[in-house]
Amino acid sequence: MEPILQVRDMVTRFYSVDGVVHAINGVNFDLYEGETLAVVGESGSGKSVTMMSIVNLIPQPPGKVEGGQAIFSYGEMAQDLLQLSEDEIRHVRGGQIGFIFQDPISSLNPTMTIGSQIAESMTEHLGFSASEARSKTVELLRNVGIPDSERRFNAYPHHFSGGMRQRVMIAIAVACRPKIVIADEPTTALDVTVQAQIVDLVKRLQEQMGVAVVWITHDLGVVAGLADRVLVMYGGTVVESAPVDNLYEDPRHPYTIGLLKAIPRLDATGEAETEELEVIEGVPPDLYQELTLCPFAPRCGYAFDRCWAEVPPLIEVGVQHGAACFYDVERGGPRNGS
Amino acid sequence: MTAATPQVGFDEFEEQTWQKRLAYVGRLLQRDRGGMLGFILFILIVLTAIFAPVIAPHDPLKQNLRAAKQPPAWQEGGSWEQPLGTDTLGRDMLSRIIFGTRVSLTVGFFGVLIAGTLGMVSGLVAGYVGGRVDGAIMGVVNIFLAIPYLVFVVVVAAILGRNLLNVILIFGITDSPIFARVTRGEVLRIRESGYVESAVSAGASTGRILFDHILPNLIGPLITLATFEMSAMIFYEAGLSFLGLSVPPSVPSWGNMLQVGRQYLTIYPWIATWPGVAIAITALTFNLLGDWLRDVLDPRLRRSRK
Repeated sequence: MEPILQVRDMVTRFYSVDGVVHAINGVNFDLYEGETLAVVGESGSGKSVTMMSIVNLIPQPPGKVEGGQAIFSYGEMAQDLLQLSEDEIRHVRGGQIGFIFQDPISSLNPTMTIGSQIAESMTEHLGFSASEARSKTVELLRNVGIPDSERRFNAYPHHFSGGMRQRVMIAIAVACRPKIVIADEPTTALDVTVQAQIVDLVKRLQEQMGVAVVWITHDLGVVAGLADRVLVMYGGTVVESAPVDNLYEDPRHPYTIGLLKAIPRLDATGEAETEELEVIEGVPPDLYQELTLCPFAPRCGYAFDRCWAEVPPLIEVGVQHGAACFYDVERGGPRNGS
Repeated sequence: MTAATPQVGFDEFEEQTWQKRLAYVGRLLQRDRGGMLGFILFILIVLTAIFAPVIAPHDPLKQNLRAAKQPPAWQEGGSWEQPLGTDTLGRDMLSRIIFGTRVSLTVGFFGVLIAGTLGMVSGLVAGYVGGRVDGAIMGVVNIFLAIPYLVFVVVVAAILGRNLLNVILIFGITDSPIFARVTRGEVLRIRESGYVESAVSAGASTGRILFDHILPNLIGPLITLATFEMSAMIFYEAGLSFLGLSVPPSVPSWGNMLQVGRQYLTIYPWIATWPGVAIAITALTFNLLGDWLRDVLDPRLRRSRK
């Protein structure tokens, strides 16, 4: 199967007053039609910047996408999103790629009705008339689980709770039946019961529409129940990429291993139940430095001379499973050829 | 679907017609006594200005030296023919006050219209485009703020002569920096807001972002500012008239009347009192109205108040 989105060697830098921030240092990944790809990593690892770079949402200046490709292909069409003009990419945003943001409270315009905010992108991208867009919007509101949608078309955002607003945001994201939905920590601002509802809603819509979902999060718990594949990011690079089961059962990058050990488990028994959670010692990498070594080397227990000398590429370690590490954790020594 | 739904507490989601909006404004006024008073006075003042020739009992310019310096009707020597008395040339005070409303409101309204339009457009461009454009526009704005308006007015009055149009233009230009600054500040805030970000990520065009997302969110603060500035301009106009820099002395304006009355303050106090009262009431009206609008124009404050 051909991926609908292929990101290759993407580099994004921010030219701030304090110096150059190397936010994204050569990111590679594929996204397949209809799948859910979870992107995990700590704050500043480049999860959001990667996705923003693809559709030219990086504030410029100071930000700049300085290299790489993002090939978006469906049907016969294939285009590099990074080469499109502002007007062309504008129609990709919302039209082909929908966004769901973290904070539904501030993401809706307080002076516009819920309905017109959803209908807006349909008139913009699909060329719907006002009445067409209206009836589609009512249908969509019902579909995202907002009862009495006919009347709530005219409601204002302050009439809605946080969970309902996030449902509206989801409706906006999928209004034009995009090929890809990028969900940037959509459940972070919500309480746990609402989180589960939102996750279920996105899953259901995904099945209905066959849309690929990129789910940015730092919650590995959510990832397990949701994703098909996982991308682990660290210091502006992808350090591991694997199908979700492989990642949990057989992590190959020392950072991923450390992350998984740091999750409290409900099913822990015996000794493990009382054991303290492990921590990854050290601090995240300084993004003001240009990347010349493995970004995780300073915090890694396995690091050897090569790790300090060059940046490890994503090395294939299994089926669809890549890890950017020179050390073979399984075998207990440097990887062949290292 | 709609018919089957019971009508409980969902009225606010219904489509708004102008009758419903009007009824809604009525309900909002009932909850705020100051706003109610301001609103009623505002309507009365506007009607007075529009229908001045109908309401005024006499010609405001007609002199009658035999009836000069007549006190108000309830004082000794007054007559109900001229309820508020007459001035030194025997002109009817009440009629002059009524016609004076026209000068004050014209200056206030058109002055704010010019200032608001200039300021809003420049502030919108400065805030949204940013960078050098912002620097250039705000530079000009700061220069304008640095000019003492009184000096400016004296110079312009000396060059172009004393008339209402000049006063309005001067007020419009010298007051626009305030609107520009407020607009720019609001635009900067709104531009960084989540809903603009999400509109951009949904592929909205620049025009849509400006007119659907930014403009409606800054119109509230601007209308509020406009009412306050209107009251300030009415004050300033009266001040200029008093100094003899506004309309010619023949035009009945409150400032002119005040100026004449000042000379006779100890002997014929009513000549200066009535224009003073008129100015004070008008200013109060606009301030009450502005306070109320500030509360009402923010959809989030509207519900929570009281």
